Amino acid sequence: MATTKHTLVAIVQDKPGVLNRMVSLFRRRGFNIDSIAVGHSEVAHLSRVTIVVNGTTATVEQVRKQLDKLIDVAKVFDITGEKLIGRELALVKVKAGSATRSEIIEIADIFRANIVDVASDSLTIEITGDEDKIESMLKLLNGFGVKEIARTGRIAMVRGNIGAMPDEKPAKSRAKKPAA
Amino acid sequence: MKKTGAQIICESLIAEGVDVMFGFPGGVLLPFYDTLPQYPRIRHILVRHEQAAAHAADGYARATGKVGVCMATSGPGATNLVTGIANAYLDSVPMVAFTGQVVRAQIGKDSFQEIDITGITLPITKHSYVAMDTASLARIIKEAFYIARTGRPGPVLIDIPKDVMQEMAEFSYPDRVSLPGYKIPTSGHPTQLKNAAKLINEAKRPLIIAGRGVIISGASDELKQMAETSQIPVITTLLGIGCFPEHHILSYGMPGMHGMGYANKALDETDLLIAIGMRFDDRVTGKISGFAPRAKIIHIDMDPAEIGKNVSVDVPIVGDVKAVLRALHKLLETNAHVDWIRQLDEWRQQHPLTDVRASSGLLPQYIIRELYEATGGDAVVVTGVGQHQMWTAQHYIFHHPDSFISSGGLGTMGFGLPAAMGAKIGRPEKAVWLVDGDGSFQMNIQELATLVQDNIAVKIAIMNNGYLGMVRQWQDLFYKKNYVATPLSCPDFVKVAEAYCIPGVTVTRREEVQPAIEQAAAHDGPFLINFMVEPEENVFPMVPPGASNIEFIEEPKKEVTSWPRRSTL
Repeated sequence: MATTKHTLVAIVQDKPGVLNRMVSLFRRRGFNIDSIAVGHSEVAHLSRVTIVVNGTTATVEQVRKQLDKLIDVAKVFDITGEKLIGRELALVKVKAGSATRSEIIEIADIFRANIVDVASDSLTIEITGDEDKIESMLKLLNGFGVKEIARTGRIAMVRGNIGAMPDEKPAKSRAKKPAA
Repeated sequence: MKKTGAQIICESLIAEGVDVMFGFPGGVLLPFYDTLPQYPRIRHILVRHEQAAAHAADGYARATGKVGVCMATSGPGATNLVTGIANAYLDSVPMVAFTGQVVRAQIGKDSFQEIDITGITLPITKHSYVAMDTASLARIIKEAFYIARTGRPGPVLIDIPKDVMQEMAEFSYPDRVSLPGYKIPTSGHPTQLKNAAKLINEAKRPLIIAGRGVIISGASDELKQMAETSQIPVITTLLGIGCFPEHHILSYGMPGMHGMGYANKALDETDLLIAIGMRFDDRVTGKISGFAPRAKIIHIDMDPAEIGKNVSVDVPIVGDVKAVLRALHKLLETNAHVDWIRQLDEWRQQHPLTDVRASSGLLPQYIIRELYEATGGDAVVVTGVGQHQMWTAQHYIFHHPDSFISSGGLGTMGFGLPAAMGAKIGRPEKAVWLVDGDGSFQMNIQELATLVQDNIAVKIAIMNNGYLGMVRQWQDLFYKKNYVATPLSCPDFVKVAEAYCIPGVTVTRREEVQPAIEQAAAHDGPFLINFMVEPEENVFPMVPPGASNIEFIEEPKKEVTSWPRRSTL
C-alpha cells in the first residue's frame, strides 16, 4: 500500500513526560515521524501537538489508536482529509555580499518573508507558510549559499467553524464562554 | 489528618482493599517498611528476587481478578521488576508496582542505586507516575489502581523518592478519579452489533475464537449462551483456556502453533470467525495470509487499537465483552449447523492428540492426564514456559475460567513458581499445582524459600527431561538435531526441596505417577514431584514457524493409539 503524509492533532495534558511517552510510542512501534510541533492550546493545562506521519492509512490509524490509549492524551484526530491551514516557520541565514544582497531581499519580498537580521556578509530571513512555499524559497536561496536553516514542524488547523475536535461544540461557542 | 508519605501509601493500599503485597526491601524503602507493622491488615510476602514479586502479584491477580501489588527498591530492585511488569503488560494483568527512588535532591545525579525506572518501563506499562510530592501520593495511588483494573487491564508503576515517604502531608483518600483522557469503552456500537448478528445468523460454518478478554470481563456464561443458542463451535487461545468449559460438546480446544489439528482445520474452513477478547498473536494466527482464509471476521475487543492491528476485520465491535455478548445475544437466532459440527467431530477423530504409546517410558502427557484425573479438573494449574506448558494446555481439561495461569504474550521462563505462589495466596481454598519444566523451574528456584517461610502450599510437578525442551525441539525439527546449549544438567530437585524443608519424591515409572500425586495432594504444605520424563519427547501437533496453521505436523512415530480429547466426566 502507498504511503502518504498524514496530519494528526493530539490534545494532551500539559505535564512533564507526556511528549516523551508519545515519542517513545512511535519509536517502540516503528512508526516514522516527519515532524512534531507542540504548544499551548486554547484550554489551560492542555497542549496541542501536531504530528506529521508518513505511512499507509492502516499504519496511521494504528498510530492514532495507540496515541489515544495514552492516559495523558485527551484526544487525537487525523485531519488529513480536511481543508487545512498548515504552517511552518523557517529561519534561513544566507550568504549575502553587496552584489547579491538586493536580489535576496527581492526574493524574500516575493515570498512575503521578513529580513530579521543583517550582517556584513549574510542575511537572516524569516518565512512562514506551508511546506511547499518554504521549499520553493529555499531552492532559490540555495544558489546564494545557505549557511544555516532552522525549521519548526508543521502546525495545522481545519478551516471554518469546525474545530479540530468535530465531535465537540464548534470553536465559536467555546470562545463565547466567559473568561475565567 | 497529617500523615507521613509511608503512612499514606499504607492507608491508600487499605482503601483499595489490598490485603497482600509481594516485595523486597532496600535502603530507600525503609521508611515504608518501618511503617508497615502499623498496618497488620497488609500481609507482606518477602520474596527472594524482585522478579518473583512481580510474577507473584501477576499470579495473584489472575487467580483472584483483583489488582496484584508488588514493591521493589530503587536501582537493581526496580530493574529486577522489569520482566515481571512486561509479562503483566503483554497478558493484560492488573498490577500496581511500587518502586523506591533516591531522595529528590539526588535524582538525575547517577546517585547510588538510582535508575530512571519510569523511563525504562515506559513501553511496558499502561501508565506510570513519579510521585514528587507527598500531598499527591493518595491521588496517584487512587488513579493507579483505577487505571490498572479498568478498561483493558495492565501494570501501572509508581516511583516514590525516599524523602516523599518521610515527609508529612494532609491525608484524605479521594472518592473519584479525574482522568479526562482515559476512555473506557462499554457497550458495542448498535449498528455494528446488528451487522455482526446478521453475519452470525447467516453463517454456514461459524467459529468462535475466545481469548483472555472473556475471562477478564467475566463473560463465560454469556459466551456459553451465545455458543449454545447459535450452535457455534468454540476454540480458545492459550490465555483463553478455561473461559469455555472444555468438556462442553461445542469445545474444540486451542488452535495455533501447538493447537489441536482439528481446531486449526476448523479455522481453515470456517466462513465466519467470531474473535472475542483476543488479539491475533502470531502464535495463534501462523502466517497471516493463511489465517482463516475463507472467513469474514467479527472482532469484539475492549481495546480499539487491537482492531485491525494484525488482521483486517469485517465487523469491529469495541466494548466490554460481557456487555457486547449480552446485547448481541438478543439479536441472535437459534441455529443448528449440524453438518459443520459433524465435520468438526470427524476432524477430531482423524487428528487426535497422541498419548499413550506402546513404549513404557514416562510421558509428560500421561502425567498431566493423571493430574487432571486426580484433581477432577478442580485445581488452579500454573505453568512455566516451554514444552510442559503446551502439554498442560493440550492434555489437562479445564472447566473454569480461573483455572489455568500461564505466561502467554511474553513467554517468561521462571514465571511458574512465583505465579503459583501468588495464586495460592489469592485462592487458599483451591489446590494450586505448578507444572514446570526443569529449565523454567531453575529460573526462579529460590522462591522455594518463600513457600516455606509463608507456608504456601503449592504442589510442584517438574517435567524433568534434562533439556531446555522446547528449544531442543526446534533444534530437532529445524536445526538437524544440533543440540547446542540445550542439554541441561539439573540438581537433584528432591534434595534441593529437602534443603528448603519441602518434602518431595522422584518418579521414574508410570505406576508411581498416581501415588505421587496423591501423596503431594495429601501433604499439608508445599510438595515437589520430580518426574523424570522421556528426554526427547516433542510437542505435537506443531505448526512450523512462518507456516500457515493448516500446515500442522503431527506425531511422526508409528505406535500411536488414538486418544480423542474428551473428558471422562
